[in-house]
Amino acid sequence: MKSDSNLEKVLTAGHFAVTGECGPPRSADGKIVREKAKYLKGNVDSVNVTDNQTSVVRLSSLAGSLLLQQEGLEANMQMTCRDRNRIAMQSDILGAYALGIRNLLCLSGDHQKFGDHPEAKNVFDIDSMQLIQTVKMMRDERKLISGQEMEEGTEPRLFIGAAVNPFADPFDFRVYRLAKKADAGVDFVQTQCIYNMAKFKEYMKRAHDMGLTEKVFILAGITPMKSLGMARYMKNYVPGMDVPDLIIDRIKGVEKKGQAKEGIQIAVEQIQEMKEIPGVAGVHIMAIEWEEKVPELVEQAGLLPRPQV
Amino acid sequence: MQYPTNIEIIRVPCTGRVDILHLLKALEDGADGVYVVGCEEGDCHYLTGNLKARKRVEYVKKVLEDLAVEQERVAMYNLSAAQGPRFAEVAREFTDIVKGLGPSPFRKPAAKAA
Amino acid sequence: MIIAERKPIEEILEMVRAFKKILIVGCKGCVTVCNAGGRKEVGILASIIRLAREKDQNPIDITEETLERQCDPEYIEQLADTANDYDAILSMACSVGPQFIGARFPEARVFPALNTEFMGGALEHGVWAEFCQGCGDCKIHLFGGFCPIARCSKSLLNGPCGGSSGGKCEISKDVDCVWHLIVEKLMNDGKLDQLTQVKPIKNWSTSRDGGPRKVVREDLKL
Repeated sequence: MKSDSNLEKVLTAGHFAVTGECGPPRSADGKIVREKAKYLKGNVDSVNVTDNQTSVVRLSSLAGSLLLQQEGLEANMQMTCRDRNRIAMQSDILGAYALGIRNLLCLSGDHQKFGDHPEAKNVFDIDSMQLIQTVKMMRDERKLISGQEMEEGTEPRLFIGAAVNPFADPFDFRVYRLAKKADAGVDFVQTQCIYNMAKFKEYMKRAHDMGLTEKVFILAGITPMKSLGMARYMKNYVPGMDVPDLIIDRIKGVEKKGQAKEGIQIAVEQIQEMKEIPGVAGVHIMAIEWEEKVPELVEQAGLLPRPQV
Repeated sequence: MQYPTNIEIIRVPCTGRVDILHLLKALEDGADGVYVVGCEEGDCHYLTGNLKARKRVEYVKKVLEDLAVEQERVAMYNLSAAQGPRFAEVAREFTDIVKGLGPSPFRKPAAKAA
Repeated sequence: MIIAERKPIEEILEMVRAFKKILIVGCKGCVTVCNAGGRKEVGILASIIRLAREKDQNPIDITEETLERQCDPEYIEQLADTANDYDAILSMACSVGPQFIGARFPEARVFPALNTEFMGGALEHGVWAEFCQGCGDCKIHLFGGFCPIARCSKSLLNGPCGGSSGGKCEISKDVDCVWHLIVEKLMNDGKLDQLTQVKPIKNWSTSRDGGPRKVVREDLKL
């Protein structure tokens, strides 16, 4: 075991893992995080806590992760490269582990232009690949970037994650990026939410052929569509998102009040299809601002009960 | 060919020769309006001279906007050298527009009072 | 070259609002090439300011000068006879210029008429783009000849990120994703293996992050 995290144990034991996501509030109200935790508890193996997602200031990922842990859930703390330099990052990594956090996701981070503070200074001291390498070095070599060593037993033993987008451009290069992250030391990756199953299967096949499915646990991203409006928005306005027309048509074919249910149904079918794809180690459910649907989704997809390892 | 006597004509071999500074100086020297008459687009003997002139006229229009002055005081017209009557018509047209706008706000006070 | 742009007129007018006699000084270097502060632009700015002040019935006397460059004391010296005759001096060079003028003539009121933006080159007549950020440790040859520090919005050394779409950066479809260009170039050259190793963390201390920099050539010092 690299980290003793619950997620690591579930994956290593060969179970189909389920992770969820929790976006902290744009205020100092920790109660909101605790509320969201209630829908996720018992329904997922661990929960991502986003780090100022889309460059919008929110309660910090470190604090949000701690709040979740206090509610009895395991957190996947996200860390982007946009807002912190290597000094702050390593410091937060040490702090996170000291507070009981066991999973860390290393991300680039959306450019601040998209958020509520577009005039902020841009950090990007290190990139997500280098962050993965850094966390691995801190864990396995007990060393900081500076070379400073930590005594045995005092190093942060985190399970390292990253995000991958099988649909971003250039498509042919995407599997190479997964390979590079694997070489950097990533333990698990979560994909961007998937709707184009054919293209995803192609990606997984290439990953499998390169031996990556042996090295990295790949969790497929699932986001249930709430409405036709949401489906259209994701198709047309979210960069790197591939939503096939047949998904749009399916939701369109149902009257408005039935659309959410259809969205859940589509997600359930997707999860079941994911279970059959070789190399897919689990799913990552992103039901942002729709966390209350996670219990229903997970149950209908036959993912309960979650394994106790 | 009859056209208003208040027009001072400055001839150039091609309107591409007209610079932003020429237009600004005309306004500085007391012109209430400045217009550039070039060949029809596509017919410029020097190929793109009249297109450049149009861009420079647009630049000066933007300057006028920044100074809260009517953009209509500077304009670009395109016609063929053979269109005498149209030339006169443009002269009358532009004169009317500028008359409607009144004296240039850039004129020195003594001149304005006159 | 250094690319700069003239400040908005309102800002410049505000700078000189209280003054009756000013000097506008241009530069024949970079700002002439990017049409921001050369002799012609000095003439245009002087004309615009005079027009604006005429309109406000608060005329202004403007002298126009253009120096070879404003980043060498020997050229700034050419202003010595008259610099203190003006209420203010408007420099149309990159921001180095007004600093040099201010240092040489401490009693003068010096203002920058331009916003200095980046180091770049012309893509076509009238269009300039950023190509260099002055990181002090050039490694473009490791990236197919492209600079990811200056041209990637996130300065990634191991890009592209997930926001690259249609060859464009997530921040704007007017910005090429330089990582897309790097990957394509190396793929075409059959050199994709150059990207398989994780590029190490950058030493930013040679960049502005390390503090204001100096270059000293002992062999050239008198």
